[in-house]
Amino acid sequence: MTASRNGRPAELEKCTTGIRGLDEITYGGLPKGRPTLVCGPAGCGKTLLAMEFLVRGAAQYNEPGVFMAFEETDEELTRNVASLGFDLRRLEARKKLVLDYVRIDRSEIEETGEYNLEGLFIRLAHAIDSIGARRVALDTLETLFSGLPNPAIVRAELRRLLRWLKDKGVTAIVTAERGDGKLTRHGLEEYVADCVIVLDHRVAHQISTRRLRVVKYRGSAHGSNEYPFMISVNGFSVLPITSVGLDYRVSGERVSSGIPRLDSMLGGRGYYKGSSVLISGTAGTGKTSLAGTFAAATCRRGERCHYYAFEESPSQIIRNLSSIGIDFEPLIKRRLLEFHASRPTGKGLESHLLAIHNQVEQSKPDAVVLDPVTNFSAVGSLDEVRAMLARLIDFLKARQITLLCTSLTGGGGEEQQSEIAISSLMDTWLLVRNLEASGERNRGLYVLKSRGMSHSNQVREFVLSDKGIDLIDVYVGTGAVLTGSARVAQEARERAEALVAQQAIEARQIEIERERAVAESQISALKAKVKAGEEDLKRLRKGLAARTRVLATDQAAQSRRRMADT
Amino acid sequence: MNRKSAPKSVKHVSSPQIAWNLRLYVAGQTPRCLRAFANLKAICEEHLAGVYRIEVVDLLENPKLSSGDQILAVPTLVRRLPTPVRKIIGDLSDTERVLVGLDLRPGP
Repeated sequence: MTASRNGRPAELEKCTTGIRGLDEITYGGLPKGRPTLVCGPAGCGKTLLAMEFLVRGAAQYNEPGVFMAFEETDEELTRNVASLGFDLRRLEARKKLVLDYVRIDRSEIEETGEYNLEGLFIRLAHAIDSIGARRVALDTLETLFSGLPNPAIVRAELRRLLRWLKDKGVTAIVTAERGDGKLTRHGLEEYVADCVIVLDHRVAHQISTRRLRVVKYRGSAHGSNEYPFMISVNGFSVLPITSVGLDYRVSGERVSSGIPRLDSMLGGRGYYKGSSVLISGTAGTGKTSLAGTFAAATCRRGERCHYYAFEESPSQIIRNLSSIGIDFEPLIKRRLLEFHASRPTGKGLESHLLAIHNQVEQSKPDAVVLDPVTNFSAVGSLDEVRAMLARLIDFLKARQITLLCTSLTGGGGEEQQSEIAISSLMDTWLLVRNLEASGERNRGLYVLKSRGMSHSNQVREFVLSDKGIDLIDVYVGTGAVLTGSARVAQEARERAEALVAQQAIEARQIEIERERAVAESQISALKAKVKAGEEDLKRLRKGLAARTRVLATDQAAQSRRRMADT
Repeated sequence: MNRKSAPKSVKHVSSPQIAWNLRLYVAGQTPRCLRAFANLKAICEEHLAGVYRIEVVDLLENPKLSSGDQILAVPTLVRRLPTPVRKIIGDLSDTERVLVGLDLRPGP
């Protein structure tokens, strides 16, 4: 390690592997210039991991590599990895890769005195120098122990070899078989102390899962859990939990559910983009129809949708949904809708998760539908299914992809019970229920919860017709919820009652008009009387005033005549 | 022993039947390699007088040759003729084992 410019010792330099997920778990890759031990049982993928490390180094990072094989010949190796798209011959021709098969035949060898393994060193040095390799893979050093008679010499030479590799400055992967109780059969982990990765291949519930764990990484933090991985046509894929910190962005955008009435129940505009929606209900309640409507609405907006079917075949779903007026065929043709169907029991939970990861990364949909999600309980316990869903939700939320899951419940009172584990992961929870009354079964839809928005708490009757899904208000009144024909009857009754009430009102109105007319005429009569009285009063006042004036004039005339002195 | 780039033969014999072709792989002039060569010469003189031929290959000069005979240990003696090919590793101090390895004597 060298000191960095600001005086603090620099962090351990890392060598990016290019292997999906591995760089995330190791926070940057394997330790640069140091050997890493990869151990595991037979057939768990060690050779492949080492090979992919070299191939990606050569192809993506311009770091040539040397693969020293002790178990498989060059031809076998080339053939085995060709199915993963690695063309070793081409890399060899371009001097980016050297494949060296070292054959050790115990029966050929006779030990007659002291020796060391300088021949191996020379061979390796020659290979490294011939192409300027920066990466080396040794697969598997255990063969040296079985091929050479003196384990003490082999051990000493291995220690020397690993130190020599460090001095050469190449990043090396050393593979070894798993031992009983120890990490490796011959204790190689004592020498390769910088980084140790353990691969595992387990069978549970008849499903095999592969797991990887970084047991040790000197000088660096690393994800220390077991991570499932998959070997697919693209090579190794390790699946880390992508956002352990729950720190993804959220959007305020809304997407329609495909049913306008449902959108209005959800705060007026539908689901949040990038949220997770659960639709649960007993058999035959129309969950697939709701999911299909959402998928169709997404595609009609020009966005892409992936529909994962775990119960019915795609053609069956397409046929069933066309009966309610949803036509998937043109959407599939325009590549807006992608169907992926398989029974969950086909592979392990992690393989499903990885498959979804890969498909989503490849075609980048805006929405994903899982129909139904409850089938996964056949491949794992409730906790495991929940953990897988949590990872999937994290992955999709980080990409703002809306997720819609349908879930089959057992019916009876435990409808909400069985969902408790999964429902807390979901932002919106719609429950579709059968409402049985007066010899009929109708479907009701409730919004049980919807985070971040005001939503209706009313149940709506959910009707399927060949024009699609419709939500109608149920009749709620007089303490009963009525749906179906009972509702229709009640509505008719109400209309009749309303009519009668209307008529009564009209009659009363007429009566009141009449009374008002009568009252008004009375008022006008009284008013006239009052007016007459006022006129009278005015006249009297005028008369008084006139008389007073005359009196005054008379008095004045009289006094003039009397020649009074007043 | 001389260090040349080409494998070198040590002894020519007038008799045409050189039935034994032995190649000794070494890496430089370490004491172990010198000892191996000395031991080899002694054994050959004693048991294969006149019908052997020794080549010495220095892997430090010719690293590519290590892959041909799949040489890991140094020193390694390869009996190329007569077939089958036998490999003997070590400085050849254990003469008995060398003879067994060269199939000059039945094993213990």
